[in-house]
Amino acid sequence: MSETQKPIIQMSNIEKHFGSVIALAGVSVDIYPGECHCLLGDNGAGKSTFIKTMSGVHKPTKGEILFDEEPMHFADPRDSIAAGIATVYQDLAMIPLMSVSRNFFMGNEPIRKVGPISVFDHDHANKVTMDEMGKMGINLRGPDQAVGTLSGGERQTVAIARAVHFGAKVLILDEPTSALGVRQTANVLATIDKVRKQGIAVVFITHNVRHALAVGDRFTVLNRGKTLGTATRGNVTQEELQDMMAGGQELASLEGSLGGTV
Amino acid sequence: MSEANTALSDERIKNTSRLRTALIRPELGGICGTIIVFALFLIFAGDSGMFNSQGVMNWSIVSAQFMIIAVGACMLMIAGEFDLSVGSMIGFAGMMIAIFTVTLEWPVWQAILVTFALCIAIGALSGYIVVRTGLPSFIVTLAFLFILRGFTIYLPQLIERRTIIGGIDDAAEGDWLAGLFGGKIFGGLFQWLGDNGIIATFERGTRAGDPVVDGIPMLIVWAIGLVIVGHFILVRTRFGNWIFAAGGDAQAARYTGVPVNRVKILMFMFTAFCATVFATCQVMEFGSAGADRGLLKEFEAIIAVVIGGALLTGGYGSVIGAALGALIFGVVQQGLFFAGVESSLFRVFLGLILLFAVILNTYIRRLITGER
Ligand SMILES: Nc1ncnc2c1ncn2[C@@H]1O[C@H](COP(=O)(O)OP(=O)(O)OP(=O)(O)O)[C@@H](O)[C@H]1O
Ligand SMILES: [Mg+2]
Repeated sequence: MSETQKPIIQMSNIEKHFGSVIALAGVSVDIYPGECHCLLGDNGAGKSTFIKTMSGVHKPTKGEILFDEEPMHFADPRDSIAAGIATVYQDLAMIPLMSVSRNFFMGNEPIRKVGPISVFDHDHANKVTMDEMGKMGINLRGPDQAVGTLSGGERQTVAIARAVHFGAKVLILDEPTSALGVRQTANVLATIDKVRKQGIAVVFITHNVRHALAVGDRFTVLNRGKTLGTATRGNVTQEELQDMMAGGQELASLEGSLGGTV
Repeated sequence: MSEANTALSDERIKNTSRLRTALIRPELGGICGTIIVFALFLIFAGDSGMFNSQGVMNWSIVSAQFMIIAVGACMLMIAGEFDLSVGSMIGFAGMMIAIFTVTLEWPVWQAILVTFALCIAIGALSGYIVVRTGLPSFIVTLAFLFILRGFTIYLPQLIERRTIIGGIDDAAEGDWLAGLFGGKIFGGLFQWLGDNGIIATFERGTRAGDPVVDGIPMLIVWAIGLVIVGHFILVRTRFGNWIFAAGGDAQAARYTGVPVNRVKILMFMFTAFCATVFATCQVMEFGSAGADRGLLKEFEAIIAVVIGGALLTGGYGSVIGAALGALIFGVVQQGLFFAGVESSLFRVFLGLILLFAVILNTYIRRLITGER
């Protein structure tokens, strides 16, 4: 990230209410091309809700979003995907009954012309799916295998590979490594590093501070719908981040009884 | 083992034979059912006339009727919704054509086109209500079942003081569009077959020498056409992928950019279209419309679809399977008549086939999708 660059997404004072629940109470974050911006925070802090306003799932109750310096009015996720924002949702957005390649291209099916008719290019879809999964370190039995037959981590990897494939400008990852093995986690972190170097903005949500520190350029901590501030790489230690995420005091007392293992 | 090696083959997979992979498909239950049903009737009713030209035409027409509405019901069910108003829609569409041509004296083509527009609009309305309110389509279309049937009984009584309106055949004479629903094709071929003694011909009367079966009714052409188009859309197009996605998990589909509401409303419209095709063919064949036409057709369509391997909860199924389900349905219904079996036993047969097909389908689906 360089100082002269313009942010690709600027979120200012985003509020989101669900009925009487205030999930976000004014959050402001800037995302720059080529940076990995980590979002940290406790369960229920509002991280998922925040990224969903970015990807067009939720309309913010209040606040402004600028995408490429233009006010962004995404009616639904279709618009954000078209704009080059791809998301791995916490619940993955996979359909178990459908094949891996049909899931991979869901909503963005490749088209081949047969005379005047556009048909789903299954060969292309299958090939790309197998290639992308291979790059993530997972060898699928076949692209027409149903997603329901995959393991939890394999499923998560399909979702990540899909987002990496379609995220032309912004890649949003909501706890992408929660079900992954050691090798696959390393792969995902390496992938984040790689796409960041290509100039893509990455928003990375995780509960694992070590993962965040491994790839993050900036760290924003959310707590009860508010930002506790943004720290830059090098200006913050693992302990400080961990304390901020847990809201400070409680963890300190817990840590004593756990012998500093958390 | 090296990375390159694992990429080529996964050692954790047992080699499955090509035959097995070819067999494990959603239509398998329908294929087995079709084979069993044909085998049974060949044995028990093979010499009853069921498999001569008239017999074949007889059960083909009944099967084609089921097929037309099953294609619509199948694609809607895969998109995650039901339409219980199909039967009422058939009655309503037929009655509207009758009222337009007989009472209003419109040309038949105009009556047909306006009826199609009206019925598809009603389908769109029920779809719109379903996606807007989030109510189960079961309830919304149940309401339309009563509303449409009510109008179908009320309107002809109000306008014509009767519940059956006839005389459409006279009006349809020579109409360019009516022929698309009530006509027959390949008349020449059947004449040739008759002349050469391959199929039966009339022996006496004014039509002596003409073949008893003198062509393929447009009803059957529509059925085959809809099955082919439906199957193609479902497995070969982008929109087909959206149909599966919308029914598999609407939320996930929305997140990935599938216009779920549009897909669902279009499927309701397509179901209404199929019901109207059915109604138009029926009206052109009988020359009349009755207030009780189409009764219980929605269930027959759903049964055919389920025999064909579709999942009631959406996201899984096959148009070919639904077509086979419709074929089984038609063959059993007409075959029992040919075999001289007490007709009330039809329901027993149907129940058994339904149960057998659904158990087999559940097993196959588990194999494919790894459900537990
Ligand atoms: N659709 C919704 N309707 C009502 N309340 C919601 C909705 N979505 C989220 N919330 C509420 O908003 C708050 C923030 O939820 P969110 O999912 O954003 O948390 P999170 O930071 O992602 O937590 P986690 O780390 O557990 O994933 C929670 O209290 C949740 O109950
Ligand atoms: Mg979350």
